[in-house]
Amino acid sequence: MTSQTVSIAITGAGGAGVMTAGQMLLDAAAKAGLYGLMTRSSGPQIRGGEAAAFIRLSSEPIDCPDDFFDVLFCFDWMNVDRFAAELPLRPDSVIIGDVDAKNPPDMITNSIARQVMVPLSQTANEVEGGRPNMIGLGILSEIAGVPLEALQNVLERVLKRKGQAALDASIEGVKRGMQVASDLQSEIGIDLHLASQPSEQTRWSLTGNESTGMGALRGGVRFVAAYPITPATEVLEWLAPNLEKVGGTLVQAEDELASINMIVGGSFGGVPSLTATSGPGLALMTEALGLAVSAEIPVVVIDVMRGGPSTGIPTKSEQSDLNIALHGLHGDSPHIVTAPNSISDCLFTTQWTVHLAESLQTAAIVLSDQSLGQSRNIIDRPADLAFVAKRDVAEAGVENYKRYALTDSGISPMAIPGTPGGEYVADGLETAENARPSSQAEDHYAQLDKRQRKLDQFDYGQHWAQIEGEGELAVITFGSVTAPVREAIKRLAAEGQKIKMISMRLLSPALPDKFEEAMKGVSKALVVEQTHSKQFYRYLRSEFDLPKDTNVLAKPGPLPFRPAEIVNKIKELG
Amino acid sequence: MDQAVQQKPLTFKDYKSDYKPVWCPGCGDYSVLASITKALAELKIKREDCAVISGIGCSSRIPAYTSVYGFHGIHGRALASATGLKVARPDLTVVATGGDGDGFSIGGNHFMHACRRNVDITYVVMDNEVYGMTKGQASPTTAADWEGSKLTPHGTGVSPFNPLSIALSAGASFIARGFAGDPNGTAKLICEAMQHKGFSFVQVLSPCVTFRPEQAEWKKIVRKGDISASANLGEAAAFLATDDGFSTGVLYESQRPVYQPDLKETKSLKEIEASFEL
Repeated sequence: MTSQTVSIAITGAGGAGVMTAGQMLLDAAAKAGLYGLMTRSSGPQIRGGEAAAFIRLSSEPIDCPDDFFDVLFCFDWMNVDRFAAELPLRPDSVIIGDVDAKNPPDMITNSIARQVMVPLSQTANEVEGGRPNMIGLGILSEIAGVPLEALQNVLERVLKRKGQAALDASIEGVKRGMQVASDLQSEIGIDLHLASQPSEQTRWSLTGNESTGMGALRGGVRFVAAYPITPATEVLEWLAPNLEKVGGTLVQAEDELASINMIVGGSFGGVPSLTATSGPGLALMTEALGLAVSAEIPVVVIDVMRGGPSTGIPTKSEQSDLNIALHGLHGDSPHIVTAPNSISDCLFTTQWTVHLAESLQTAAIVLSDQSLGQSRNIIDRPADLAFVAKRDVAEAGVENYKRYALTDSGISPMAIPGTPGGEYVADGLETAENARPSSQAEDHYAQLDKRQRKLDQFDYGQHWAQIEGEGELAVITFGSVTAPVREAIKRLAAEGQKIKMISMRLLSPALPDKFEEAMKGVSKALVVEQTHSKQFYRYLRSEFDLPKDTNVLAKPGPLPFRPAEIVNKIKELG
Repeated sequence: MDQAVQQKPLTFKDYKSDYKPVWCPGCGDYSVLASITKALAELKIKREDCAVISGIGCSSRIPAYTSVYGFHGIHGRALASATGLKVARPDLTVVATGGDGDGFSIGGNHFMHACRRNVDITYVVMDNEVYGMTKGQASPTTAADWEGSKLTPHGTGVSPFNPLSIALSAGASFIARGFAGDPNGTAKLICEAMQHKGFSFVQVLSPCVTFRPEQAEWKKIVRKGDISASANLGEAAAFLATDDGFSTGVLYESQRPVYQPDLKETKSLKEIEASFEL
């Protein structure tokens, strides 16, 4: 069987080493010239619960899960049925289990997939210090065609500090596993070797949350206040040590109210500032975002969305914070909302958003999500970008300085504390041009206009959306759903159907002219989003002219979109 | 501003703006404003290097009445914003100000954590035991049986919050109480607070002539400078155990590590990016 991509699921009890084996397989595949994506799933236990790693390898850059898994590898049967809905299999998929594991659950015995039991624990016992997960890693590597050399390289890097004995045992285990797979080749019955594509470019292995953190640093962020929340915590944990290296700092706040107000304070001091949170935290922060809009203090909030409302499904992805990000602020509060469309793009979009917030002196929200944030991707190193925080600041000694001067661009030079002659009060109260509080109608009108004007007149270039292909049908989407949409369109292109994709990176302010231009020649649209109440579709309808023939494919979390669902929907439209 | 004017020593008047306060005639906050500006003049702090940060309430209007940088943010969050500013800009002198409702009710959590964190900022709370801006509701420091509010016509029935005790137990390293009727004494306390390395807290009894006219009696009750400063937690706690709330002076001062990360660049972005390479 030849295949362009390979999908492998690994499951096991806590401590079985599922994630370790998964990440080693991914990294070794990358070493061997492949691309890949690994998403994680785990039970509700804080520690030690069952875990699953979902890996997709490919000869080409890949950033979404496939429709089915080719291989389901179970170290044991511990609660594997909990993952049943996340493990679509087909008749030629193969389930590999341990011959010594007793009582497989119904989802295994009744599965349509073939089953092969291998001597997993037996083989591990034959190796001194051997562990079943290394045998499994060997078996999977043999099936996927990941060479021993690449595995050795990864094992050496990861196990260096565990000592030579641990390293030797792991290498031996992997070798034995490869032998087991080769001996049972006819029973396993699949060969999923991929053609590797050595690249001139350096490849990176990183998660979306790390990518976001790097984008913040590249954008010039040097102050972060943090309150932990799943699934955003890793953005903050990555930033803590790395900010320190570049002369910035991170403060752990007592709650989200503190973290957002701390960054408003830091940014008032002239330092580009950011925090990261998820839905419940964003809800707490919205009052201070209104302050940032009113006092024109740039701040960036990364919202790594999860299933909501309330505590919802904290470990699973959804796009349902779109409404609160767009409309959650009180008063007339023009602000920036952006959404990265891939793990790689988390870096670009975050960096760009810092640039927008700083240039426009306003609040910005980046809508990432759990599936981007907590998945690991092998990507080509993103290009260096020119966007670095650039705030229009007031010079020292300006006569009669007016903080909120009514400029044509709507952007007023901001005096940074330390600048003589710039002393003013940043205020949540409406103000006159000179920053003095005012409840006069003319001042309110003028300042409202100014705060809207600066966003409307800014040149966002081509970055407002990722537009690919041409066709009478346009699929309109945003965020993490972009990857399965792109793959669906690619599959249909192979069948001769031409489809345009518009993935919106800039959600607020809405740019109707740019949207209209992108929709030229389009007579039919499909909106794809991961919400229950069609939040994105409603937003599009309120801001833009859509074709009469517009359809919606909206599905809430926790299950990811798979390309086939989108292909089927498009075919259904005819 | 030309060089000659800049070099002349500034008086407390130079730290006041020409903006007319919204306060009622006779409000204690006028005197606290004077004390703060006197302290700034005494310490010769450059106007551009100082920021006064506040939340919402009558006393939180103070930043606009000074001529330094100011930040009038949202209700209860002055300490959070002041913390962010000072940590990001350690070169600045940061003074947070506000009232008892702003600081101890909606901002109560930030108060405790600011005491713990020990960032080098000064927090001046003008305590009048009432929400004045919303026209007279009970605050956390209001006596349980005060029946002057339409919102709690039978009194709150809730024991008042003791700011000094909370500050002491939460780990504040400088704690003092002043009185608006003693502007020079209060200016001296604020001066000492600003010179203290770490978080300094000054409660200033500041009568509300409009909603708590009975507080006019405070000037007869308050004892000026009768607290003797201690660096001993037990002594300070023992003093508070029998305190009627009308003693003034520095209660507690100790030295402990100040929260201030070193903002030094040691690596380039390229070096950080290398950790992603396979």
